[in-house]
Amino acid sequence: MTALVSASTRRLRAILGLTGGTYLVLLITILLPLAAMLYFSFLTVTPIGGRTASFTLKHYTDIFTKPLYRVNGQRSLMLGFQVTLICFALGYPAALFLARHIKNRWREALLLLIVLPFWSNGLVRTFSWTMVLTDSGLVGQALQAVWPGAPSIDLMFSYPAIVIGLVHAYLPYMILTCYVSLQAIDDSLAEAARSLGASSFTIFRRITLPLSLPGVVAGTVLIFVPVLGSFMEPRILGGQQAIMLGTLIENQFTASFNWPLGAALGFTMLAVVILIMGICYPVLKKHLSAN
Amino acid sequence: MASTSGRTGGIFAIGYVGVILLFLYVPILVMMLMAFNASPLYQLPFDFDLVWFKALAGNDQLLTAARNSVLIAIANTVIATTLGTLTALAFARYHFFGKSLLQILLIPPITIPWLITGTAMLIFFFWTGIGRGLHAILLGHVALSLPYVVIIVGSRLKSYGVALEEAAATLGANGWQTFWRVSAPLMAPGIVAAALFAFAISFDQFVISYFLAPVGVSTLPVEIYSAIRKGFTPEINAISTIIILASMAMMLAFARFSKFGGER
Repeated sequence: MTALVSASTRRLRAILGLTGGTYLVLLITILLPLAAMLYFSFLTVTPIGGRTASFTLKHYTDIFTKPLYRVNGQRSLMLGFQVTLICFALGYPAALFLARHIKNRWREALLLLIVLPFWSNGLVRTFSWTMVLTDSGLVGQALQAVWPGAPSIDLMFSYPAIVIGLVHAYLPYMILTCYVSLQAIDDSLAEAARSLGASSFTIFRRITLPLSLPGVVAGTVLIFVPVLGSFMEPRILGGQQAIMLGTLIENQFTASFNWPLGAALGFTMLAVVILIMGICYPVLKKHLSAN
Repeated sequence: MASTSGRTGGIFAIGYVGVILLFLYVPILVMMLMAFNASPLYQLPFDFDLVWFKALAGNDQLLTAARNSVLIAIANTVIATTLGTLTALAFARYHFFGKSLLQILLIPPITIPWLITGTAMLIFFFWTGIGRGLHAILLGHVALSLPYVVIIVGSRLKSYGVALEEAAATLGANGWQTFWRVSAPLMAPGIVAAALFAFAISFDQFVISYFLAPVGVSTLPVEIYSAIRKGFTPEINAISTIIILASMAMMLAFARFSKFGGER
């Protein structure tokens, strides 16, 4: 009997010892901070430096009634949709080609080349577009030399510049997730459809596209969520007038020291993120279990 | 399918992917090239010069930030890889109450936008007196790296199962012998891949560091960001070139150890 008890205590101790460190870190870096943020979002002022704060719902009512937040919130959602859609339009064909038409050694090399810049510093990659989106730069001059009278590519500090920078940052996600889904489709399905007289387009529309949907959804979530929270790309490529939900939140913490408002904006954004995750979860689960 | 599309289909496909690769690489290559141009205003014609790399050697602010980044990345790699590997072991070996909850708790650090986790940490650390600084940045980086380490090491553990360890135990090996002679060598590639990944995450991380860095303390990305915002010179291109090349070398090493991106 005593041996049994000590064995289960030992087991419990082993589990605690192995997982304790990880979850202590996650407790003080994620769980408690999010709880503190929620608490702050209901305060009148930042309760630091001797100021006393009282409870208020004002920040949340402001967010849902003042046009400033509604307009910028809509702009951020729009940016998320546009970037995701362009990534899909560019990335899906690339994934399809990689999965269907490009063979072993080429495929490995090209996939590696696609993910390689992806893990290099995002800030540096955003910065690199400031070298390109100007007419006096290397690309602008080369374009004018090859094609005199070519349209200007001087797009710095404009909305299109933000979109280009974000598509550049997140395109590899879409290619990879779609590739994984497309790769898993059994070739014999297409062959069966073909032998029954289906055209290539029908096969794509009725078999390939629906079966690769989980990959598209996974890519969409992986792109839409961080774009919604982006502030560095709009700041660098969009200049001063680029106000997004992300830059608005950043401002409350770095410039205006209105942490409660920033916290309320952050939690509103988090609610949108959780909503998106909730909607996509059933499809995502399929994607994960299929691979 | 292959018979009808044939060779021309393959060439068109490679051409399309090539255009995508141009889009991904041209800005980076132009940025790197301009680090070697003498003009401080990025003016053409191109005039090869190493002046910006030399200037880098005398820029104490950037060098201090670079040293901070490397130190934090190393500390993060050691801490996150150790804690994450232990957790992956617990998940692989034991079935216990609350395990799936613990696994779900790994999702927030990698799915919630860094802007939100970063500002939440800023609030909490400031409020509780943990404060800002290199220690706070390190804590934040460990939190972001841990889920990836658990996933990478965990998938390695899953791939060979417990059969070999059970065999060792049957043949009379004790717990430590089994761990060091059987488990550890089998886990090693997963641990190395996870460590490389953790280093890269920390070294490239900007958002969390940005909110947790007090005035006068910075990491390389934070320093580069303020330089870009204030007005930059090709010195930023020079340091960025070094960062890009280092990151890509690490990614290639990671691909080797995790067999990522290729065969299935």
